[in-house]
Amino acid sequence: MRFSAQLEARFERFLARYPQRRSALIPMLLYAQDEVGWLSPEVIAEIAGRLDLSVVEVESVISYYSMLRRRPAGKYHIQVCTNISCMLREAEPLFEHAREKLGIEPGEITEDGLFSLEEVECLGACSWAPAVQVNYDFHHEMTPEKLGALVDRLREKRP
Amino acid sequence: MAHPLEVRIISRRFGLPNSASIDTFLAHQGYEALRKALKMTPEAIIEEMKKSALRGRGGAGFPAGLKWGFVPRQSPRPRYVVCNADEGEPGTCKDRPLMEYDPHQLIEGILIAGLAVDSHQGFIYIRGEYRYLIDIMDRAIEEARGRGFLGKNILGSGFDFELATHTGAGSYECGEESALLESLEGKRGVPRIRPPFPAVAGLYQCPTVLNNVETYAAVPAIILNGGDWYHKLGTPKNGGTRLFALSGHVSRPGVYELPLGMPLRQMIYEVGGGIRGGRQLKAVIPGGSSTPVLTPEHLDVPMDFDSVAKAGSFLGSGGVIVMDEDTCMVKVALRLTEFYQHESCGWCLPCREGTLWLRKLLARFHAGAGVNADIGRAGELAENMLGHTFCPLGDAAAMPVISIVKQFRHEFEQHLNGRCPFEAKGARA
Repeated sequence: MRFSAQLEARFERFLARYPQRRSALIPMLLYAQDEVGWLSPEVIAEIAGRLDLSVVEVESVISYYSMLRRRPAGKYHIQVCTNISCMLREAEPLFEHAREKLGIEPGEITEDGLFSLEEVECLGACSWAPAVQVNYDFHHEMTPEKLGALVDRLREKRP
Repeated sequence: MAHPLEVRIISRRFGLPNSASIDTFLAHQGYEALRKALKMTPEAIIEEMKKSALRGRGGAGFPAGLKWGFVPRQSPRPRYVVCNADEGEPGTCKDRPLMEYDPHQLIEGILIAGLAVDSHQGFIYIRGEYRYLIDIMDRAIEEARGRGFLGKNILGSGFDFELATHTGAGSYECGEESALLESLEGKRGVPRIRPPFPAVAGLYQCPTVLNNVETYAAVPAIILNGGDWYHKLGTPKNGGTRLFALSGHVSRPGVYELPLGMPLRQMIYEVGGGIRGGRQLKAVIPGGSSTPVLTPEHLDVPMDFDSVAKAGSFLGSGGVIVMDEDTCMVKVALRLTEFYQHESCGWCLPCREGTLWLRKLLARFHAGAGVNADIGRAGELAENMLGHTFCPLGDAAAMPVISIVKQFRHEFEQHLNGRCPFEAKGARA
């Protein structure tokens, strides 16, 4: 399996970075997921092979980390934090709004493949709550209106 | 925007134009502490750190100078410096601005730790969600290398030091030091049995200094101005300032650098602008979600490690979560328990099963299907986790629940008539 030249260069840097190669495993998995969209069996086998690890060993690591996905997500993965500081600032109705607006349940993908939804634990934006992350982008002090406008904007960006 | 009560030491460069760039840093005393430290002996650096009474800003509050002193410098094995940037304790968001606005301050602090323990390699473990900060830190590391502050023969001193970022991938548990090291080695983030502690057997079983972002960020100012100077900014045995993250129902949530020992009342009512909407205060979680709740009777407690401990809680990570009169404390206990159950690694039975049972019990109770005996049972389930696990996650799950059951028993009783009294009033939490 082939990755982009850019990702291969990144892998080279990861492998040069650590005294023990295995340390590169989680960074390689996450950046591969960013490129491919999810950790498909092919991606897992490829990375396991490069690090001389068994597939089950890599799968065991993947199952531990909440950001590592064994199935595809939408192009825009909408993550709404509902942990304590966000909850105190009305994150729960915000999450309900996201559900209605997108018409999907957590874990599902919209039919056009654009959006997926997840309720997440603390994102580290407690003083700017409630927080939403779309892929890696933070959105602070969100309201249902702001979230709705953001979704509309992303929908229009479609090529 | 700085608040007049702030004492800006580690945040003093926040708000400068291009504050993250090396040129801005160098124009504002950047890497001067490193130049000074390069002329000091490791013993003198550690001595200055001990004098500063700087206590770990990650949560446990362990004296940093003491920790550095535990590392055997004569070990034949390499020594590592690891920075914990896996900020994940609910209520805590202070390492973010430190990396975003002043990444070189962090690099400088890590370099000085490297000098103190004769290490030549550091890693910054950054939570995966903070991708933009990984990019900022990577850029800053390249800049520092380009100017001779990292790499071989730093500033002609003969000292070599390499530094790299490392991404996490979504796990609260990896903020615990031994789980972090497992994760950095490419494994599941399951904690290790201690002793041995990381100072003796840490990364790759080698001696390792491991501190939080904010702890390292304080080091340059301590070396430049002296440990005594830093100590005096705070209270005895609680040196310096720290970044407090105010969140929840305050009028002005934000991250503020305040001297240790500032009374909780002043923090909430002056810095935070009081309770949103002019409502009454009900409860405060003073040090991140793992710490027992305080109530209005504790408003005069000085916010330093020892005083908050005396009041029955912990200063923890400095995440001050403020709750107003309309907050349902059963709901708070439930939401925190959901979190800890989700994050439990599953190794220790009391935590794995305890968080699950507790979540089920509290969910049933909050939905109005609880019985009186459940109130005591919730406390018992939590007590059964306390002190019975290899890492502090079990304690973290237990402590807030125990304190809520104890101090807000009447709110549990109000749920016995079949509904949440706060949701009936239209409040959502």
